[in-house]
Amino acid sequence: MLNQKLCLKSLFLLGIISLLVALSGCGDYQSNVESGNLKGTLHWGNGTEPQSLDPHIATGVPEHHIISSLMEGLIHKDGETLEPRPGVAESWDISDDGRVYTFYLRKNARWSNGDPHNAHDYVWSWWRALQPALGNLYAYMYFPIHNAKAYYEGELKDFDQVGVKALDDYTLQVTLTNPIPYFLQLLDHYSTYPVHRATVEKFGSADQRGTRWTYEGNIVGNGAFQLKEWKINRRITVERNPYYWNADNVGLNQVVFYPTENVTTEERMFRAGQLHYSGIPSDKIEAYKQAGDPSLRIQPYLGIYFYRLNVEQPHLKDKRVRRALGMTINRDQLVSQITKGGQIPAYAITPPGTMGYYPESDLTFDPKAAKQLLADAGYPNGEGFPTTEILYNTSEGHRKIAVALQQMWKKYLNIDVTLLNQEWKVYLDTVSNHHYEIARAGWIGDYVDPNNFLDMFLCNGGNNRTNWCNPEYDQLILQQAPTAKTQQQRLEVFKQAEKLLLEEMPVIPIYVYTSNNLVHPSVKNFGRNILNQSNYRDIYLEPTSSSEVTP
Amino acid sequence: MLRFIASRLLQAIPVLLVVISVTFLLIHSAPGGPFSDEKAVPPEVARALEAQYNLDQPLWQQYVSYLSDVVRGDFGPSFKYSGRTVNELIAAGLPVTAELALYAMLVALFIGISAGVFAAIRPNTLQDYIPMSAAMLGICMPSFLLGPILILVFGIQLEWLPISGWGDIPGDKILPAITLGTGYAAYIARLSRSGMLEVLSQDYIRTACAKGLSERLIIFKHALRGGLIPVIAFLGPAFAGLLGGSFVVETIFQIPGLGRFYVTSAFNRDYTMILGMTIFFAGLIIVFNLLSDLLALWLNPKLRQQARGGN
Repeated sequence: MLNQKLCLKSLFLLGIISLLVALSGCGDYQSNVESGNLKGTLHWGNGTEPQSLDPHIATGVPEHHIISSLMEGLIHKDGETLEPRPGVAESWDISDDGRVYTFYLRKNARWSNGDPHNAHDYVWSWWRALQPALGNLYAYMYFPIHNAKAYYEGELKDFDQVGVKALDDYTLQVTLTNPIPYFLQLLDHYSTYPVHRATVEKFGSADQRGTRWTYEGNIVGNGAFQLKEWKINRRITVERNPYYWNADNVGLNQVVFYPTENVTTEERMFRAGQLHYSGIPSDKIEAYKQAGDPSLRIQPYLGIYFYRLNVEQPHLKDKRVRRALGMTINRDQLVSQITKGGQIPAYAITPPGTMGYYPESDLTFDPKAAKQLLADAGYPNGEGFPTTEILYNTSEGHRKIAVALQQMWKKYLNIDVTLLNQEWKVYLDTVSNHHYEIARAGWIGDYVDPNNFLDMFLCNGGNNRTNWCNPEYDQLILQQAPTAKTQQQRLEVFKQAEKLLLEEMPVIPIYVYTSNNLVHPSVKNFGRNILNQSNYRDIYLEPTSSSEVTP
Repeated sequence: MLRFIASRLLQAIPVLLVVISVTFLLIHSAPGGPFSDEKAVPPEVARALEAQYNLDQPLWQQYVSYLSDVVRGDFGPSFKYSGRTVNELIAAGLPVTAELALYAMLVALFIGISAGVFAAIRPNTLQDYIPMSAAMLGICMPSFLLGPILILVFGIQLEWLPISGWGDIPGDKILPAITLGTGYAAYIARLSRSGMLEVLSQDYIRTACAKGLSERLIIFKHALRGGLIPVIAFLGPAFAGLLGGSFVVETIFQIPGLGRFYVTSAFNRDYTMILGMTIFFAGLIIVFNLLSDLLALWLNPKLRQQARGGN
């Protein structure tokens, strides 16, 4: 009997010993951050697997990160100030009326296969980006260019009439319909990046979606890096492009992008030294703050969290009701006790400081006045006000905010609010079909200009979704702002429009987003800006004495 | 035996057809399409996209053309990942998920059978209670809790093991395999304990004892083969479950397997991807159930005779 016991016990022991051997064998591995700092490899937590690396098809932040390492526009933005800096264009002139831009391209600009890169590449690429069959969601980025919208919508057949011309191999002239000051910024958005014609056409027709030209071994770009490997769901590695015009000043040898999918996983990878850069779950921000961790970066982000009100709902038709709802949100309390990510209370739709624009808002937290407004609208002390539903897409963060608003509206207006959460695509469907009363929303700017926020609420704007329509507002945004003589006048028009929007309140601004990230102290020249845009060409790594970062 | 296999495979055809049809109808009736986004999609773009993926055709026509593609083994292009085919994405994720499932199964079998047999030898003693309570705990402990705990202890505190990746750093496969395997180990422990208890009370075991055979010989030579039949029957569905249910572990450990595609495709309304994955997993379950039935037949002479008599 003793023998058998021994036998079973030894079986267990064997298992445990082999496990321990396996464990101890793996004790001495070098973390990605340690080895990356030595080799000049940046390890980047990139959120999700990119859906495409074609700049004229992709949408989304993870795609943006990768594409901006592989390709470059005529200009690029300064990492701190977002001012335009020479990219492929080494200089440019702007005509006195602000409508004609002439770009002088670098003669030493090359594609990553060594091919010369010139002005004709832009004409062809922009023609491609405006082909409806390609399904470019960012085609509207080209609409400031003369006739681009008409061409895209099929009203004009001849691309020669669109305001893009190669005057010679290295001079590109772009004519705008109106002198809009944010045009240069658009040239650093990936949707206006040039693509390598021969490569695109090798794998299909120019306006065909889903060809394989962007895959490993195929893609040719003009950026500081070139695609080395693309392992689905595993990583995308880009390496230094020797043909890049400024290759000598690129500080990194490689960037590895990880499609982490889950921000909690990403943060753990950061803590274990696997990543130089990651997101951070909002519930962990406090712990990093308390530990005084230098890797935590919280900075304002060009995005607004707001609620849409469906103004066709009988009880939300009256703007006094909508104002009352907007005036009874204690935003300071909301950001300090609920969101806790350094968000800034918002009293207007355009984030303040957007290219020198500060909206004038009369919206305040004023429960007394709000109660009076509600009474004037026929609901004294909330009596007779129907139970109203807040719709949000399933997420703990959105739920907390909705619950807080539910309580505030009950407390200050004595009205009943219920909550409904829907899965993302269902929620999008419900909101775009206007089957809601109040719905949570968010908007992230593509370029730094009030227009990017305010043109959402035009009468037939696809992103309006509130049924609100005011011809006066449309006139300000569509007619007066684009033709304003000076930038100052233009901003005044936007202020006027925003004031109108806030008076009528089809949308309730809640807070300005912040971008919250973890950046390892060895990452230098990272740049901070409200677009949370990274210039991989500028970043370099400097090993710190202690690469350990613990919160 | 061949007739048995052939009839099971024939039965699989209507099953698969039902799976495809129901999934097809369900995903097309779910609100929100593959191309809807926070940013409104202009009508020209929507039309171009729908035309490209045949979504502008009547539903029955889409169904028929999809079926004919599937019969030829073509699951179509992914809607979300421009330029990738569903076949390509499955081929990229399958080896990883299969390897993970295999290791998890080995972990589960090793821990499960040892604990179950150990407990069954001395039923209703501490030697039984301790591993069985541990097994109960293992069943109750979800992988989204166990995974992060293992990561915190072995990855971040002790720094013994990598906490993410697959085949990138030596040892990065250990924690995911243990996390995924533990829940199954617990099931297997309970199954092998009850299987062993039943066998140990059989006459032939008593005979073996009476003949004076050593306990080791009785357990390893005579009892184990019969006692593990419930475990074998569980193996097929368990392996299919491991393959299809690794989403949580894949997400926690940043593993490039199939599970992540399966779940995200549903959120993305990536119609072809959802269908392709569902058909693929349905096929796997059918095959693994068949394999485990065959294994059980091979192990259990009684069943073998029934199968022969029945066919």
